[in-house]
Amino acid sequence: MKSVQARKLKEWVIEKSILLSGIFSVVFVLLIFLFLLREGFSLFRGESVIDFLFGKSWYPISDPPRFGILPLILGSLLVTLGAAAISVPIGIAAALFIAEIAPLRLREALKAGIELLAAIPSVVIGFIGMITLGPWIKNLFNIPTGLTALTGSVTLAFMAMPTIVSIAEDAITAVPRQYREAAIAMGATQWQTTWRIVARAARPGMLAAVMLGIGRVIGETMAVMMVTGNAAVIPTGFLQPVRTLTATIAAEMGESVQGGPHYAALFAIGIVLFIITFLINGVADLFLHRSRR
Amino acid sequence: MAKKNRVLLGIYLCLLFVLALSGCSRQNQQANTIQIKGSDTMVNLGQAWAEEFMKADPKVSVAVTGGGSGTGIAALLSNTCDIAELSRELKPEEIEIARKKGFEPKQITVALDGLAVVVHPANPLSQLTQDQLAAIFSGSVSNWKEIGGSDLPIVVLSREVNSGTHVYFKEHVLRRGRKDSQVEFAATALMLPSSQAIADEVAQNPGAIGYYGMGYISPREKALAIAKDADSPYVQPTIENVISNAYPISRPLLMVSRGEPKGLVASFLDFVLSGAGQKIVVKIDFVPVKSY
Repeated sequence: MKSVQARKLKEWVIEKSILLSGIFSVVFVLLIFLFLLREGFSLFRGESVIDFLFGKSWYPISDPPRFGILPLILGSLLVTLGAAAISVPIGIAAALFIAEIAPLRLREALKAGIELLAAIPSVVIGFIGMITLGPWIKNLFNIPTGLTALTGSVTLAFMAMPTIVSIAEDAITAVPRQYREAAIAMGATQWQTTWRIVARAARPGMLAAVMLGIGRVIGETMAVMMVTGNAAVIPTGFLQPVRTLTATIAAEMGESVQGGPHYAALFAIGIVLFIITFLINGVADLFLHRSRR
Repeated sequence: MAKKNRVLLGIYLCLLFVLALSGCSRQNQQANTIQIKGSDTMVNLGQAWAEEFMKADPKVSVAVTGGGSGTGIAALLSNTCDIAELSRELKPEEIEIARKKGFEPKQITVALDGLAVVVHPANPLSQLTQDQLAAIFSGSVSNWKEIGGSDLPIVVLSREVNSGTHVYFKEHVLRRGRKDSQVEFAATALMLPSSQAIADEVAQNPGAIGYYGMGYISPREKALAIAKDADSPYVQPTIENVISNAYPISRPLLMVSRGEPKGLVASFLDFVLSGAGQKIVVKIDFVPVKSY
């Protein structure tokens, strides 16, 4: 027979260790941000923030180096926009179908399939994009190279899809049964119920799903580095090679002299990325909270 | 059920501790292992040397990894490897950092490499001068017909800036070795993460032109003959032409150690420069430092 005290002690230990884990994850994020700031800020001693953010050329290892990340920011945004344009409609439609229309067995099969899609490593998706999608896009549009923003968008759409579908599906399933029953009782067809009632009630959750999907896309590195061609030019269309923020960090970190201006510039890119994803997650969070209320 | 949970929690806590502790342990520096890191161009070569070296003494372990010349020198500076492989020379600032960290980096030329410039096999051109190369890679020529080819836009492929090959090509082909030159790769040049990626893109794109170490040449791509200038003969990138210095784009491959090599590192470097070591260089399609 255990004494009450021993049990209390155990409870206390468990409670505190869980609390500690929770605090740790927040502390880590803070430390990462501080680290980024510390390493990246030294760049701005010799370089103005405006020249960095709006400079048009990126020649980091030349003498003197030029650190203009406008082409990289635009590259990242273009690829992300394209990926969102592809994955959002398909993802939301898939979520509606799975949650509302599909019969039980098909629903389980689809959910398992989509989870499997999330499990494919990004380098594998990138490899497939490079070997099959790239040449296909090149021939389809008759352009000089298949390594373009569009290739990146399609590849990344595949990676954003599982996030969008599973979170949107949760949001739709969370809509109370009574809404549907009331709608049907009022004489609405199934489609009217799904589209006008359920989809509307689940809208905040679906928006959060979209934002999280986009957050995943903008932070993705490996696949995008393999398929977008990485040319640091200001993009004028989707059928052009682009260079993204993430790919730049990944490709150049190895070469930069530790503590040098190039190194600092890469960390400054990290700060920009951190701020972008932070904003996206913040917006998603806002919507998620609204949906819970 | 409750018991199982408790066991799981226990395992979890143990793992946390192990993770926390492993973060503190210093990088191990056993006497019978060598860590080699650096140039992607040299990975296969380093691996072949390591295998032969370990065959002679099975107690020794030599680990070779790539990542780029810059990655290698960064690892050497932070003392996470014993030898850095470089396909370019050390930069003055890197030497300075090494001195600050208390050692003089020792550079040893272990092999030579010719850089092949490759196009799609269907490209009618088979030779270019260095001036034409500079014009193509810096973007001042953008269609093959401007230099006597077919009417196709040129797709310029380059390695990423973390590659020693990229740096060498820029300094010796684009800038012709002039220190004051400001010529850059065309902003529209595609930056690919590996030599293999360049080979793959060239093999399936009739408008592409790229460069890589001559060990990568395969029948899927066509290597161009290069001339120093319009009056010089065009030379194919072959081992003989690199040894005789007739081929204009070749470079030394280096190994860099922390200070004068000692102990196992010294005997490894001796092996690399020995006749047996240089035979391996030929087998991996690079060029030996001297002929044996």
